[in-house]
Amino acid sequence: MPTDVSTENVEKTIYDGLVELGTERGELSREATLEDLDIDSLDLVELAQIVEDEFGVELKGDDVKDVKTVGEVIDLVVSKSG
Amino acid sequence: MTRRVVITGVGAVTPLGVGAEPLIDRWIAGECGIEDGAGRCREFDPLDFLSKKEARRSDRFAQMAVVAAAEATEQAGFGEELPYEPHRVGCVIGTGIGGLPSLEENQRKLIERGEKAVSPLAVPLMMGNAAAAAVAMRHGLHGHCYGVVSACAAGAHALGDASRIIRAGDADAVVSGGAEAAISGVAIAAFGAMEATSPTGVSRPFDARRDGFVIGEGAGVLVLEEKAAAEARGAEILGELLGYGATCDAFHLTAPQPEGTEAARAISLAIADAGLTAVDVDYVNAHGTSTPLNDRSETMALKAALGERAGDIPVSSTKSAIGHLLGAAGAVEAIATVEALRRRTAPPTVGWEEAEEGLDLDYVPGASKPIENGEGPLVAISDSFGFGGHNAVLCLAA
Repeated sequence: MPTDVSTENVEKTIYDGLVELGTERGELSREATLEDLDIDSLDLVELAQIVEDEFGVELKGDDVKDVKTVGEVIDLVVSKSG
Repeated sequence: MTRRVVITGVGAVTPLGVGAEPLIDRWIAGECGIEDGAGRCREFDPLDFLSKKEARRSDRFAQMAVVAAAEATEQAGFGEELPYEPHRVGCVIGTGIGGLPSLEENQRKLIERGEKAVSPLAVPLMMGNAAAAAVAMRHGLHGHCYGVVSACAAGAHALGDASRIIRAGDADAVVSGGAEAAISGVAIAAFGAMEATSPTGVSRPFDARRDGFVIGEGAGVLVLEEKAAAEARGAEILGELLGYGATCDAFHLTAPQPEGTEAARAISLAIADAGLTAVDVDYVNAHGTSTPLNDRSETMALKAALGERAGDIPVSSTKSAIGHLLGAAGAVEAIATVEALRRRTAPPTVGWEEAEEGLDLDYVPGASKPIENGEGPLVAISDSFGFGGHNAVLCLAA
C-alpha cells in the first residue's frame, strides 16, 4: 500500500532520499537548487526510484528535465499523484 | 632520441594496509595479510578518502584505484595543477573482472523486484573501465584513458601499454596500474568450482604442498613519466620501466602451457626490450600463484629465459603475503618489485618450506635477503600471467 501523497510525506521522503544519495542534510531546503546540491541526472533517476517505491508515482526523465529546485521536485510528485 | 619511461609515484591498497610502504615493509618483514582464506583489505574504508557521493558512485575496485592513484600522484608532486598539459597525461588501469559485486547486487534486485529496481548506476559501477574513468575525472587527465582486461595479467598489461603510450610520444605521463575487488559470491564459487583456489586457504607459491591460489583484493597505481620531462621538472625518480614483453599461449582457456614456452618468450622479450640480456637480471618477482600448474610452468619458463644463471637469481612471490589480487596483481607487484630494488632486498616467499622435484630455484625461503650486485641500479623482471594464456612481463630497474 503506497504512502499517502501529502506534501509533508513527499518532502520527508525526498529529503531522506537525497541524504542517502550523499547530500548533506543541512544543505536541504525547498529553495535549494539541484545544481548547487550537485544533483545530476543519475541522482534524479535514483530519486525517482525511491519516490515510485514509496508513493507509486512514476517520474520519467522528461518530467524532471526542467526542474530547478528541491521544492519543484516535491511539488511535481504531489501533482503527479493527483 | 629514444623516449624512456620512469616511475615517479607509487600508491597501493593491499591486504597489508593502505599505502605502498606497509606493502613493502611488511612483506620484507615476512608478514602475511591473508586471513580466513582471503586477502581482504580490512583497513580500507572508502569514506576515509571519498565523499559519500563519490563512494556510492564507484564499485570497491574503483574506490581502491582512486585511493592508490591519490597516493601515487601526491608522491609524484602532481598538485592542483598537473605538471603537464592535461591532454598529455593518460590513465590506463587494468582489472580482471570489474565491478562484480555491483553486478551481483543489481542482478539480485532484478530477480527479486523486477527491472525497475535496477540502479541507473549499475553500468558505470560494474564497467571494467570504471577505475580508469574515476581516476581521470578526479585528476583531470585528458589523454589516452581506458581499462585493460586480461584476467590476472591486466595490471602488467596496463603498465606495459602505458609505457608504450609514453614511448610513442602520445603522452608525457600516464597514471597506470590495476584494481580488483571481487571477493564475492560468484567469483568465490566459480574459482572454487574450477579448483583454482586453495581449499586450505593457504598461499604458498612454489611449495610442494601448494593447492591453489588465495583470492585477494586491492589496487596498485604508478605514475609513469617520460624520463627527460620528469628530470626537467625536478621529479624524484623512483625507478625505470625498462622493458615490456607480451605473448599469448593460445593453448587452453585456463591452464598454462605446461613447459611455459610462451611465458619464457615474454620474459625474453621484456629483457630484450630493455636492451639487456639474461645476465643483467638481479631479481625476479614471480607470478607465483600457489597453483600446482602455474608454479611449475613458471619455473620452467624462468629456466628457459634466464639460462644457467636462473638458479642464482632470487625469485619470490608477493602472493605469499597478500594472495592473488587478480587484475591488480601485476601493478601491485610492480610496485613491490621497484620498492624491493630500492631497498636492495629480495623479500621472501612467505611460508615456503617444502621443495618439489624440478622446482629448484632460489625462492627466498624463510626471510628476505640482500640482492648483491655492486652499487649501481638493480634490474628485475615481474611476471604476470592470466587465464586465457595471457603473458605480460615487465623489466624494471631501481
